[in-house]
Amino acid sequence: MSHPDDSHCTLVRLTVNGRPVEVRVDVRRTLLDLLREDLSLFGTKKGCDLGQCGACTVHIDGERRLSCLQLAALADGREVRTIEGVAGPDGELHPLQQAFIRHDAMQCGFCTPGQIMSALAILAEGGPADEADLRERLSGNLCRCGAYDGIVKAIMDVADAAV
Amino acid sequence: MQPFEIVRPRAFEEAFAALADPGSRAIAGGTGLVDLMKLGVERPRRVVDISRLPLAEFHIDSDGLRIGALVSNSAVAADMAVRRNAPAISEAVLSGASGQIRNAATVGGNLMQATRCPYFRGSAWPCNRKQPGSGCAALGHEEASHAVLGRSAQCIAVHPSDLVVALLALDATVHLRGAGGYRSLSIAGFYRQPGNTPHVLSALGAGELITAVHVPLSSLSRNSTYLKLRHRASFEFAAASVGAALHIADGRIADIAVALGGVGTVPWRRRDLERELIGHRPTEALFRDFGNALLEGATGTDATMFKVPLARGAISRALQDLTHR
Repeated sequence: MSHPDDSHCTLVRLTVNGRPVEVRVDVRRTLLDLLREDLSLFGTKKGCDLGQCGACTVHIDGERRLSCLQLAALADGREVRTIEGVAGPDGELHPLQQAFIRHDAMQCGFCTPGQIMSALAILAEGGPADEADLRERLSGNLCRCGAYDGIVKAIMDVADAAV
Repeated sequence: MQPFEIVRPRAFEEAFAALADPGSRAIAGGTGLVDLMKLGVERPRRVVDISRLPLAEFHIDSDGLRIGALVSNSAVAADMAVRRNAPAISEAVLSGASGQIRNAATVGGNLMQATRCPYFRGSAWPCNRKQPGSGCAALGHEEASHAVLGRSAQCIAVHPSDLVVALLALDATVHLRGAGGYRSLSIAGFYRQPGNTPHVLSALGAGELITAVHVPLSSLSRNSTYLKLRHRASFEFAAASVGAALHIADGRIADIAVALGGVGTVPWRRRDLERELIGHRPTEALFRDFGNALLEGATGTDATMFKVPLARGAISRALQDLTHR
């Protein structure tokens, strides 16, 4: 797909982490591959590429979504936020990122960007009411290392601080 | 994935013209179609993005609840009016998929989602649903995504939707529109058991779209629930599920509806059995006998017959919960 036959290419215009981008992509390209391959934003991970692990979670128009199931061509005109857009402009870590470090909420780190993007959306929605509610709402983000306890503590720490 | 043309109509006429080609597929949230395209199960020549059509109405009035086909699953799950008037729908949608998927997935897409049968999803096995007459690799090699009710010699795949089970219990209507005009069907009439035509899943005609579902609201729908049982606590399809509604007056059953998910090739309901319960007291024994009757005819292997006692228990549990609400 790096040198696609032009007959099935299309121009995609979107905003990524506040910056307008314009990319010519194969119609089959997913948003995940556009981010990683065309924009070199490697923070969003490809875990299963079938919508079953959540590692590819990004925000599209403010909603958490799976970028592996989003055709790039149909994301035209959208605002996308990735893990690279979470820290401040001077590199200052977001309180949730700081909490992940504080609570040792990762081992290999592969699921971590997706966990953070998912958690940010959950915090913006309101709640979570308690750990059980959080685990349920985060159930679309798998962690093969089993760092769930640290992940949940980190998010609850930020959620409680916000109250 | 095969390359395809993209069409993004803003008007129905344009959409129906684009969908007229049998090699066309409608896409909305993409959580169903993109998955199947990656697996090679779907190879459309043309993908028609229907997300710009005016199909996102969402309102309640004296007539009932009307949910447009493009309303997202999460919007349905979060709506307080749905929670108050038809909790089985809220509970069913919330129990399905993940938060990320529910944000993208639409009501129409939920109704049209494909089975999770691994032989259907795989590329190395005969499948009568994909190639009529080629055989069914699942028969004799069954597991949790296979049905114990509504089976045929050609196909035993479960319809995996939770929402459809709740809609069936609440007597929903599916509204359709095509180049030829409008029509409506009950949910029960919309789905087809595989029989001799396992490639035909629903009454949706070529080039037709689901426009909305309509749910009548009443004291029955207001006392409804969805109970989903599965191997994992979340983010998994049902091994067995129950969408139930119960209206009790003067200590006796005035109205009752029970639909099963995860166990049938289509969502399963027997109105004849429900009618026999009217006027009776809502006892555990009554519910147990009803569950036995509802599951009558279930057939499968050691790998799938566990669903029968599981479903029976779920029916009793759901109806008892509704009795005490």
